[in-house]
Amino acid sequence: MEQVLMKDKLVRSERVSRQKEKPEIPATGYVEHAGFAGFLHNLKIDFIRNKVIYIMCIPIVVWYIIFHYIPMAGIVMAFQKYTPALGISGSPWVGFDNFVRFFTGPYFGRLLRNTAMIGILDVLFGFPAPIIFALLLNEVRTKVFKKTIQTVSYMPYFISMVVVCGLIVDFTQSGGLISNVVAKLSGTTVQNLLADPKNYWAIHILSNIWQGMGYGSIIYIAALSGVDQQLYEAAVLDGASRWQRCIHITIPSIMPTIMIMLILRMGSLLQVGADKILLLYTPATYETADVISTYIYRCGLQQYDYGFSTAVGLFNSIIGTTFLLVTNAISKKYTESSLF
Amino acid sequence: MVVKKTIGDWIFDTLNHLFLLLIAFLCVVPIIHVCFASISEPALVDKAASFILFPLGKPSLNAYKIIMRYKNIWIGYRNTIIYVVAQCLITSVLSVIAGYITSRKRFRYRNALMMFLAFTMLFNGGMIPTYMVVNKLGLLNTRAALLIPQAMGVFYIIIMRTAIQAIPDSLEESARMDGAGELTIMFNIILPLCKATFAVIILFIAVGKWNEWFSALLYLPTARDKYPLQMFMREILISAQNSTSSVTANAGDLMDNAQMYKTLVKYGSIVVSTLPILAIYPFCQKYFVSGVMVGSVKG
Repeated sequence: MEQVLMKDKLVRSERVSRQKEKPEIPATGYVEHAGFAGFLHNLKIDFIRNKVIYIMCIPIVVWYIIFHYIPMAGIVMAFQKYTPALGISGSPWVGFDNFVRFFTGPYFGRLLRNTAMIGILDVLFGFPAPIIFALLLNEVRTKVFKKTIQTVSYMPYFISMVVVCGLIVDFTQSGGLISNVVAKLSGTTVQNLLADPKNYWAIHILSNIWQGMGYGSIIYIAALSGVDQQLYEAAVLDGASRWQRCIHITIPSIMPTIMIMLILRMGSLLQVGADKILLLYTPATYETADVISTYIYRCGLQQYDYGFSTAVGLFNSIIGTTFLLVTNAISKKYTESSLF
Repeated sequence: MVVKKTIGDWIFDTLNHLFLLLIAFLCVVPIIHVCFASISEPALVDKAASFILFPLGKPSLNAYKIIMRYKNIWIGYRNTIIYVVAQCLITSVLSVIAGYITSRKRFRYRNALMMFLAFTMLFNGGMIPTYMVVNKLGLLNTRAALLIPQAMGVFYIIIMRTAIQAIPDSLEESARMDGAGELTIMFNIILPLCKATFAVIILFIAVGKWNEWFSALLYLPTARDKYPLQMFMREILISAQNSTSSVTANAGDLMDNAQMYKTLVKYGSIVVSTLPILAIYPFCQKYFVSGVMVGSVKG
């Protein structure tokens, strides 16, 4: 036993002495404000100091270049009459033709309206829902009840989009369960709800709320549990009613969280994803259901109009990025919370 | 805090409890409906006018007998499991590496690197140019097309980076004094200390992958044998019209009515494809909760 310990000590001291022989390269030698040459000089020193880190960088940087930065460069297709046979270098340049075609095309107004409306309605109804749910849950004092409701409410989030849309299709067909309820409430016979363009927005937004409300409330429930209980005690002593406590203590306390979540949500307001709509729409409901992302999918991958669909995609991401930056700037100015 | 309840409080509490129960009921009722519909008599299910909360007619496992023989579901199952396992391995390891290097104080360009990665959240090439790159690399219709283009996500990197930054520098320094190299520090010292965060990432990846279908639609245009489960679910549930023929083709003698058969396959396959996740999530809840917290704090 003792021998082993001795040996261990020996190995350790050996290691330490080896370390002493080859001291770590010190963090000196960097130059500040020396332009590009200075940068190269610093990079060289940094590389010698952190060789292994630089090697670990390689796969990550290479992957990001291939799957994010090369596609960004691929955006030049938007200004070409792109044909795969000729490639990006061989395809003829057409300037802004693709954009002009999109802006003057028959679908521009419809796509813009649908994208904006679905995005806005989704925030208008989908954003407050988890907050209200969290506030109501916060009023419950029975721990087991609260925990159970919470767990159950997360469940829809874990069901796949395909299954959720399958259920929607099933429940809203003529004679489906939701169709029956709607028929009873409105007193008319109801055909397939999903086939009627008038209903698409409501179905889309309500099912989003169903799927996301419980999960979305996690962050607010956490924020609520962090509210100082002494505030409530003081308010009770001052005779504040339950409603007043909610308005003057609870909501102001979680306001920073609400603001951050709102900026996040506003930033992606016009980025209405294609996957759910592709599962739910049919040519009969394009009038209200077709959005920019689904249009890109159809033009690019079904009609192989690469240049045109890239142009539409570029338009979409420019609007999206502008929106994010503007919301962030506004929020920075008027509240204390911002993303960057 | 002892507060005397007024009558108003009693009314509010009662209504609130009832309302929350209603919400919880609405959250689970579609799944309960599906479960019971799958063991009911299909003719009665098609006629049912409200949610099925108990088996209609004589309960039977016919749906599951059919699904056992329904090859596509099992091809999909196998593929999805392959994708989930492979994606968890690839993405979690790369996220740890990226989180580690972007949090090293000794690495002068860590913030520049982080900016380089985070910029992709702000602006991206879009669906078509990314598709063209995947196509050019010859990945279309290969399993790699579902794995490599999603190998990393800034979200996971940020979560990992935040966890690693919380570990005191002294640990790394003392390990370095003992002669530990970069890889030893990362995998033997840093990683064990953020096991919980690592678990969170793996859970997020696994659930996301299990439920994903859109990239298969984009990148596996003709490779049906590589379809994940959700693509077959899409055929069964959404474009049912197209698949009726293939479904009934191997119906055998279990059912002679195509419509009944479709009903059973529809509900049975939802149960089979969704149950694994629904059975697991209540136990992993706390990890998801902490993941949501970190993710949203760091944006």
